[in-house]
Amino acid sequence: QVSAALKEGHVTPTELCQRCLSLVKSTKFLNAYITVAEETALKQAEESEKRYKRGQPLGALDGIPVAVKDNFNTAGIETTCASNMLKGYISPYNATVVQKLLDQGAVLLGKTNLDEFAMGSGSTDGVFGPVRNPWSYSRQYKEKSFPKSHSEDKEPNWVITGGSSGGSAAAVSSFTCFAALGSDTGGSTRNPAAHCGVVGLKPTYGLISRHGLIPLVNSMDVPGILTRCVDDAALVLGSLAGHDPKDSTTIQDNFKPFELPSLTDVSKLSIGIPKEYHAPGLSSEILALWSKAADLFKNAGAKVVEVSLPHTRYSIVCYHVLCTAEVASNMARFDGLEYGHRSDMKESTESMYAATRREGFNDVVRGRILSGNYFLLKQNYEKYFIKAQKVRRLIADDFVKVFRSGIDVLLTPTTLSDAAPYMEFIKEDNRTRSAQDDILTQAANMAGLPAINVPTALSERGLPVGLQFIGRSFQEKQLLTVAKWFEQQVQFPTIQLEEVKGHDHGVFHHQKSASFS
Amino acid sequence: WVPVVGLEIHAQISSNSKLFSGSQVQFAAPPNSLVSFFDASLPGTLPVLNRRCVEAAVMTGLALNCSINKKSLFDRKHYFYADLPAGYQITQQRVPIAVNGCLMYSLCIDNKMSQMVTKTVRIKQIQLEQDSGKSLHDDTRSQTLVDLNRAGVGLMEVVMEPDMCCGEEAAAAVRELQLILQTLGSSQAVMAEGQLRVDANVSVHHPGEPYGVRTEVKNINSIRFLAKAVDYEIQRQIEELENGGTILNETRAFDSKLGCTVPMRDKEGKQDYRFMPEPNLPPLILYDAKSLPANMNHQQVINIDWIHERLPELPSVKREKLVEQYGILPEHSFTLLNEDGLAEFFENVVKQTQMKPRKVIGWILNDLLSYLKQHSLTVKESPVSSFLLADLLNLLEKKEISSTAAKQAKLWKGEGKTPLEIVKEQKLELIQDQKELEQICQAVIDGRENEVMEIKAGNRKVLNKLIGLVQRRTQGRSNPVLVKQILEKKLSE
Repeated sequence: QVSAALKEGHVTPTELCQRCLSLVKSTKFLNAYITVAEETALKQAEESEKRYKRGQPLGALDGIPVAVKDNFNTAGIETTCASNMLKGYISPYNATVVQKLLDQGAVLLGKTNLDEFAMGSGSTDGVFGPVRNPWSYSRQYKEKSFPKSHSEDKEPNWVITGGSSGGSAAAVSSFTCFAALGSDTGGSTRNPAAHCGVVGLKPTYGLISRHGLIPLVNSMDVPGILTRCVDDAALVLGSLAGHDPKDSTTIQDNFKPFELPSLTDVSKLSIGIPKEYHAPGLSSEILALWSKAADLFKNAGAKVVEVSLPHTRYSIVCYHVLCTAEVASNMARFDGLEYGHRSDMKESTESMYAATRREGFNDVVRGRILSGNYFLLKQNYEKYFIKAQKVRRLIADDFVKVFRSGIDVLLTPTTLSDAAPYMEFIKEDNRTRSAQDDILTQAANMAGLPAINVPTALSERGLPVGLQFIGRSFQEKQLLTVAKWFEQQVQFPTIQLEEVKGHDHGVFHHQKSASFS
Repeated sequence: WVPVVGLEIHAQISSNSKLFSGSQVQFAAPPNSLVSFFDASLPGTLPVLNRRCVEAAVMTGLALNCSINKKSLFDRKHYFYADLPAGYQITQQRVPIAVNGCLMYSLCIDNKMSQMVTKTVRIKQIQLEQDSGKSLHDDTRSQTLVDLNRAGVGLMEVVMEPDMCCGEEAAAAVRELQLILQTLGSSQAVMAEGQLRVDANVSVHHPGEPYGVRTEVKNINSIRFLAKAVDYEIQRQIEELENGGTILNETRAFDSKLGCTVPMRDKEGKQDYRFMPEPNLPPLILYDAKSLPANMNHQQVINIDWIHERLPELPSVKREKLVEQYGILPEHSFTLLNEDGLAEFFENVVKQTQMKPRKVIGWILNDLLSYLKQHSLTVKESPVSSFLLADLLNLLEKKEISSTAAKQAKLWKGEGKTPLEIVKEQKLELIQDQKELEQICQAVIDGRENEVMEIKAGNRKVLNKLIGLVQRRTQGRSNPVLVKQILEKKLSE
């Protein structure tokens, strides 16, 4: 819609950019952005405006303000991964996905906050502090959770965004941008999408280039897309997907961007409900929502079948081994020699390395490096790493079998509950939290499958809850088509934020406020 | 004592760009001027495999009679060092690109190049891996200087099984490998430029007993030093064991000045490299004519058979051909191939002269080559072209000059004149006038009564002395055969 508005001149790219920038400023307390690239953004907006005046926009993304998670390289703009190790690091090159967005005329507003090096499920463990979920300040949350309080007090019970792409999710959710890039290794795009009430798409591994994405787990990472509606996600996907010679793990096949059909007839669809996703700790609220969603499909004529992915329960442990092993390897390059933080310790090269790495990394990162190195030791390799790879194969095969049996798309919850208050969340450590929260999203990364979170309804506390669809490899079109149908059915409410009210709504996407539940 | 020697050889691949990145490969460029983002391990960069490097490895594998693995894998080998920016090296530990080959090489049994014996060493494997950068330790300023130009350059590691038994064998094997690599063009293999690096694994044991503990010897900078280092280490181990000591499984450095091996201080204990598959590189799949899929983009695949068909003639084949075609000795063929361009020179001379190849070879190997060596010249820098030499040899064949005359230094200097011109200038032509010769012979006979008496008494050997005297008088311008005839005739009168 905003694209159309730009085209028709209802609003100009610079106006749009300025509005978004000022909204970024007024929502600063969310701590969603690490770096705001005001000058360059305005310049890009100006260029875009010139193109629109000439009647030659580059495409639907021309002039659209976007944000990028701070683990993507952006030339000339600081890239920190929310770590002391890369504070002040200015990369000389753009990640392929960033370049593609810029080539389409998108306006890069800034870099968003995350858990340090994308390790975490709360966006609470970065050196720039935690990200606050915009819904913490929504009328819906306040009314439901603190009906009697009149306080202007924003402090006490704000909830987390989820993670690790919390900053991106918050940025999209609070209307500061129209789309944001996140990354997804164990659920890092879908999890915060669910908590922040936005669409979070994890594409098939190998569809979008990882060149320039600072890796966590090379064999599972994908760039993630966060938007306010499924159509937008499809649009962004179309501009990002495709072979990149700089990334040898991208597929060679030609990718054709697609527009989503408006599905009216779901009777030919076969939806799978994996019983193992009824995980311990799943809130009764979400369970009920999941059930309702299944019924929705059933009543519309689709075939809804219970299926089994028996190895799901091993995915967390398996992930732990493989993730930490790759992390230990990927972090080996941070020695303070070529770039990034370097300690003042000068006694010897080794001591400099040790001090640099201790100073540069937080506990979470260091913990994973130590674990990973342990698993990669010669005497442990067979027992842990090889075994984990085999289990990974089993997990992936579970999906293959299910899809082969005729299932088109799987429907599952995305998170175990709605967003936790920050004070509750930090009571447990990062590793515990990750292990708990990743269970519903992790397996899709193991198997490399596409998955998407669609905001479904508000919880009793007035916070967003989403449901997840998992599709077949490289069948994003089908996946998104189903997701779009579902989105239209549930009519998830728009967030009601004070800050946003002050801004003109003519441009922003409005949905009917009738909620699903 | 039975010494056992194995070798690990790293050959730098001759390619325009590095193994996984597009930065240039060049020797002695200004420090850190050939470093791409990937080489500097900037976060977010990914490796992209260089096709030419794979082809080089396949060619080398085929030339060494290896089986080429149609599917090979890349791994990360982790350790921290200033010249390894990523904290790991990408190598092929699990499944290398080529395995189970062999290399034939020859040695002379004695030092005279008169009898050559052929040996075989098994090639365990060839793997592709990254080279590291260079670090220079500045102890005075307590700093280390790092140059990453070399970081990421493609290497072929060739592992030779412990089938060798001494420094000479090791040296000969490496020399042959060097020739093969240079012929293929897969590596320039110049040790002085670091394009060929050799580490030796040495151990000794008593016959019938299991192999002894082995040491690794590094820092060997030339083929000559390789032989020395290996032989020294064998000797050292034997002495150590005979004195009741034990051999440590350690790494030792060869000190070329002292001619011995010393323990290396750098390595503390055993390193666990924590090998892990390289997740950013899919398995390397190679095809042959049978398995090549129909619609594949030619640019994207490597066809082993195609490469095999285009392999250049290997040194061993060339040598055989030279021996067969020209009737020269095997030892000769070795020397011909050992000097860059010499074989070609030889063949060109043969083409342009009536002299038989078996005779020509003597002139090439003895006269030309020693002249070049004396003046530290390469064949390419030879002042005498093949054309000129052929000309000279023709004069000899036509008996216009004697062989002594032919060896005259002036002829070899070239100086742009044809042999004929020089011969005329220096008056080197054989005396053709029979009468003149007879006169000279007579003069010599007259002056040497004692020798004449001895010859007449039956001591034929003394005749050679007379011939020599005639030669001297004629300043090499007499045909010795003719002189002998004349002298004999005169003496029998």
